[in-house]
Amino acid sequence: MGKALFDKIWDAHVIKELGNGFILMHIDRLLLHDMSGGKALKEAIEKGHAPSQPRLIYGTPDHTMSSRPGRTEKTFPPGEPLILSMRETTQAYGIKLFDLGQDGQGIVHVMGPEQGLTLPGTTLVCGDSHTSTHGGMGALAYGIGASELVHVIATQTMVQRKPKLFRASFEGKLMPGVTAKDMILHLIGEVGTAAGTGFAVEYAGSGVRALPVEARLTLCNLTIEMGARTGMVAPDETTYEYLNGRDYAPKGAMWDRAVAHWRTLPSDPDAEFEREHTIDMRNVAPQITWGTSPEHVIAVDRPIPDPDTGPEEKRAAWAAALQYQGLQPGKPIEGTPVDWVFIGSCTNSRISDLRAAAEIAKGRRKAANVTAWVVPGSVRIKQQAEAEGLDRIFLDAGFEWREPGCSMCIASNGERVPPGQRSVSTSNRNFVGRQGPGARTHLASPAMAAAAAIKGAIADVRKI
Amino acid sequence: MDKFTKVTGVAAPLMRQNVDTDLIIRIERLVDNVGREGLGPFCFEQIRFKPDGSENPDCVFNQEPYRNSPIILSRENFGCGSSREGAVWALKGMGIKAVIAPYFGDIFNNNCFQNGILPVPLPIEDVEQLADEMRASPGNARVTVDLENSVVISPTGRTIPFKVDARRQHALLNGLDDIAETKAAQAEIEAWQKADQQARPWVWL
Ligand code: SF4
Repeated sequence: MGKALFDKIWDAHVIKELGNGFILMHIDRLLLHDMSGGKALKEAIEKGHAPSQPRLIYGTPDHTMSSRPGRTEKTFPPGEPLILSMRETTQAYGIKLFDLGQDGQGIVHVMGPEQGLTLPGTTLVCGDSHTSTHGGMGALAYGIGASELVHVIATQTMVQRKPKLFRASFEGKLMPGVTAKDMILHLIGEVGTAAGTGFAVEYAGSGVRALPVEARLTLCNLTIEMGARTGMVAPDETTYEYLNGRDYAPKGAMWDRAVAHWRTLPSDPDAEFEREHTIDMRNVAPQITWGTSPEHVIAVDRPIPDPDTGPEEKRAAWAAALQYQGLQPGKPIEGTPVDWVFIGSCTNSRISDLRAAAEIAKGRRKAANVTAWVVPGSVRIKQQAEAEGLDRIFLDAGFEWREPGCSMCIASNGERVPPGQRSVSTSNRNFVGRQGPGARTHLASPAMAAAAAIKGAIADVRKI
Repeated sequence: MDKFTKVTGVAAPLMRQNVDTDLIIRIERLVDNVGREGLGPFCFEQIRFKPDGSENPDCVFNQEPYRNSPIILSRENFGCGSSREGAVWALKGMGIKAVIAPYFGDIFNNNCFQNGILPVPLPIEDVEQLADEMRASPGNARVTVDLENSVVISPTGRTIPFKVDARRQHALLNGLDDIAETKAAQAEIEAWQKADQQARPWVWL
């Protein structure tokens, strides 16, 4: 029997079999952010575990600082101790930190691929559930908790049990107005938020092969929203082209050696998957979530679902979601007035996302009732966007142009959507209170979010 | 890691699907420097309290006899979403020892075992019946979760077996320190790393 991409990376990282399907796995990259990084390092050190391989550990602050132009760690005082502790602990052990105000700082899942730290065939972990993002480079990337983080700092390994394999195939071409964000939301809408629990997902098919790397990162980013800890796309020429020349990517003869190895990674034709799901790309339209779970999603031209006609076991959840969101079943979702638009997060804050949003905003003006923010994913993306004049396009359209970080994706830096207000967000979670207590979130692609800002209401990007 | 062997007590039915870790603990509480022991009062705050800070009487945790339950009963996908281990610390701070649900978010599930909380997977029919038995006899009904024998005993005395990984069961029963255990394999780790530096030098920056 052939091996899947997942099996190949898994097998290559087994240090020891522990029985009952558990292994001791080597971790090639540990990424740290300010919410958990400094604390975990401190805890490890206090317990007598100095970082065993500091050269495989990299960090950047993203969660707990303001995104206000000109910000420092003092702009949001509650976050300052976390940022200072991260600075102190990484310095003490020679761990590279892309610090606030420095080149390279950004959302941790944007920083890794951008720097060429995330490489195909590597194992990568971070104390954050959206670590699955890095799978877009052909890495095996897991989100972990605080205790597991300390274990990795101390040993550069993890105790892991092999998950089952799930292949999600997208066949065909992107329809007008559709992006990788719409592909993954559509998939979650079909299979539900728990379909991937206990699975590792491989995204495959002609629709995925045709995607540029940044779109693959978006696709893998939402893997945890279908319950799976890890999602991946096999590396190919697109991946190598993206990686070549990046700061931490191999160079010269080493590059050739690495690529030769990476070419062996894609799943064998006869690899087996415990679950397969195929999506015909002709059926994927621009998506928008209506409820409080990423599976509460519809095509933007569809009516808001009616709990009374929904699946029996979901009726109560649907009704509660509609009540929280302040929506009427059966009505079109298009045209629902919006107060906030957030373009950013590790899902959709890369240069291609900002270009897509700017294309809609160009020469237009946001609606008066909307506050619209653009928060680039990293310092480098911000510079690139400014070099292309995207900041001017956004500012001229009445959007705010801010500093890189997680910002309103999670509201851990005090940047919140006020209670009862409605937001169209390019992030990945529409949970109750995610963008602030009482905030009503609708997830969508960057172009859809920009369209909502212009119209002042949920809008179909194809009609702009 | 903390031990878990057995718990007997009131089980609070929080019968909703997809209880995410954002709902269990708000991210701001993990920024504020309350420490992991201080999170209990903020556990489930979005449903336990009204916006004005007063108790929400509709919330099961504010109703007798469920106020200090050591066990939660819930529906599918408990603990999905964010990897924040603070969710487990908050549950622990609220006095929770075990959660019974059809299945759990993968990361949350791991985090529980790291902190001596037991996630117990049972089919939804069994969870619903446990909830019914709790409601039928408020005040007297008790549920037992017994890890050694991997069974749940219902208020009416029914014994329901559940699945648990032998490795994790052993670690939790004995409160093993998994870092110490891994460090015992230090020679094997170093041998692997040495070989890998030859095989994939580009990984080793
Ligand atoms: S942008 Fe949002 S989802 Fe991504 S790492 Fe930051 S808080 Fe998490």
